[in-house]
Amino acid sequence: MKILVPVKRVIDFNVKVRVKTDGSGVDLANVKMSMNPFDEIAVEEAVRLKEGGKATEVIVVTIGPAKAEEQLRTAMAIGADRGILVKTDAPTDLGGVEPLAVAKMLKALVEKEKPDLVIMGKQSIDDDSNQTGQMLAALLGWPQGTFASKLDIESGSLKVTREVDGGLETLSLKTPAVITTDLRLNEPRYAKLPDIMKAKKKPMETIEPSALGVDIAPRLTIVKVVEPAKRKGGIKVKTVDELIDKLKNEAKVL
Amino acid sequence: MSILVLAEHDNKTLRPATLNVIGAAKNLGGEIHVLVAGAACGAVAEAAAKCEGVTKVLKADNAPLEHQLAEDIAPLLHEQGKNYSHILAPATTHGKNVLPRAAALLDVQQISDVIVIHDAETFDRPVYAGNAIATVKSSDKIKVMTVRTTNFDAVKNSGGSGVVETINAATPNTLSSFAGQELSKSERPELTAAKIVISGGRGVGSKENFAIIEKLADKLGAAVGASRAAVDAGYVPNDYQVGQTGKIVAPNLYIAIGISGAIQHLAGMKDSKIIVAINKDGEAPIFGIADYGLVGDLFQIIPELEGKL
Repeated sequence: MKILVPVKRVIDFNVKVRVKTDGSGVDLANVKMSMNPFDEIAVEEAVRLKEGGKATEVIVVTIGPAKAEEQLRTAMAIGADRGILVKTDAPTDLGGVEPLAVAKMLKALVEKEKPDLVIMGKQSIDDDSNQTGQMLAALLGWPQGTFASKLDIESGSLKVTREVDGGLETLSLKTPAVITTDLRLNEPRYAKLPDIMKAKKKPMETIEPSALGVDIAPRLTIVKVVEPAKRKGGIKVKTVDELIDKLKNEAKVL
Repeated sequence: MSILVLAEHDNKTLRPATLNVIGAAKNLGGEIHVLVAGAACGAVAEAAAKCEGVTKVLKADNAPLEHQLAEDIAPLLHEQGKNYSHILAPATTHGKNVLPRAAALLDVQQISDVIVIHDAETFDRPVYAGNAIATVKSSDKIKVMTVRTTNFDAVKNSGGSGVVETINAATPNTLSSFAGQELSKSERPELTAAKIVISGGRGVGSKENFAIIEKLADKLGAAVGASRAAVDAGYVPNDYQVGQTGKIVAPNLYIAIGISGAIQHLAGMKDSKIIVAINKDGEAPIFGIADYGLVGDLFQIIPELEGKL
């Protein structure tokens, strides 16, 4: 079984987000960038499937700037076999390459690479859309197992446990399929130095979006990006009695 | 212009989230239709038809639709949706699962988590875990969007006089099938619709200790939530999680107990009317947004609070 894992270069989850003063977007200049955390879980899952003898090859792909090679190398240090960079200088967070366009490019890559499974993050922590996996599944006519917290591979099918609002739901999917990862699917490993060194030598291919032959023009215009209204902190109370009094007589919520 | 709303239901009752989405649809102007797809879901269709502002309900009632799998619902939305200017669903796990699949079939770039509707094509949505708000304008012919229900008032579930029209449910899909579920059973109100939410974090310390949170919640008729840390630690099931990737809540009163206030958590509750934080660490970030903070040992404070209410 061949697995394709799309990953994205995004702002590191520890970085404080700053909105540009001209309202055009979020300031990413000189900011630490990392692999989207949900995608790391996807890479880890694919690599575990390979280590468990269920998968034969793990291909990692990203759509982004030349520097996104770093995220491909990180994925290869975790254990992916090779990488594909679809190089674009268009923004990948807001007002550039949108989820539908990403899904179309991934579809073209799937047709070329013919994986049996695509595992990807359920959403990226920059634009927070939570769309690409579902869209890719739709365009391919494949089933989807979104927000997965458990994945079992059986012959010709998959059992996917999904985190849903009411609890957990398990679906049986025919392969090929698209899986999107939730937080509790696994805990990604820290790559060891020898693996990081080895990853530098793994094959990586760079292609242009135009080579994929799909229309990636944005459908949304970013009118403006602003900081949300700040919520001000209130007061500290000293006792439970004071708290109850405030909630009853000041806030009137009890 | 007409709007199609995807109903959220369990084949028996219409979930309250749908009422908020209909409320959002009213901001767009135009006729509001509701798609109810399921199995033996006639009562849901009737309930949807009675909602304020709904003029028509499309009912796709077919046994294989019982679990409303994306592979079945998205083609229905694709087929029916072509006649509409807007397709809306709540930003619940169901809406998030189904709607992007339908949007791709319609060749539309979906707009996720809409919090403000400026006009028929311009919307606000949170990005970067709510650390920025983007105003976006769509050039797609059909606008497909999920709606953050806490940002829109619910319509009344009575007074409407929509007609129920039965539509052909497409042939069931052969790609996916339902294999089981573990739903949390609770007599407490639904987390996203509760007036009071009491959440516990890592500070609660164990699954057993969570009982004191639950006891307080029951005293107040509140829903119980949790931070990601508490869910990851196994204190409570995943569906308790409040935050950026969990549930978004905006109750009248949110009590955060033993929660430090990671950005991820704040993104899910900072629109609550009144926030109370109880934490032993007076420097915890949660106090920065709480209306009332109480520093101390939760194992003393919570029983005292419960006893005095």
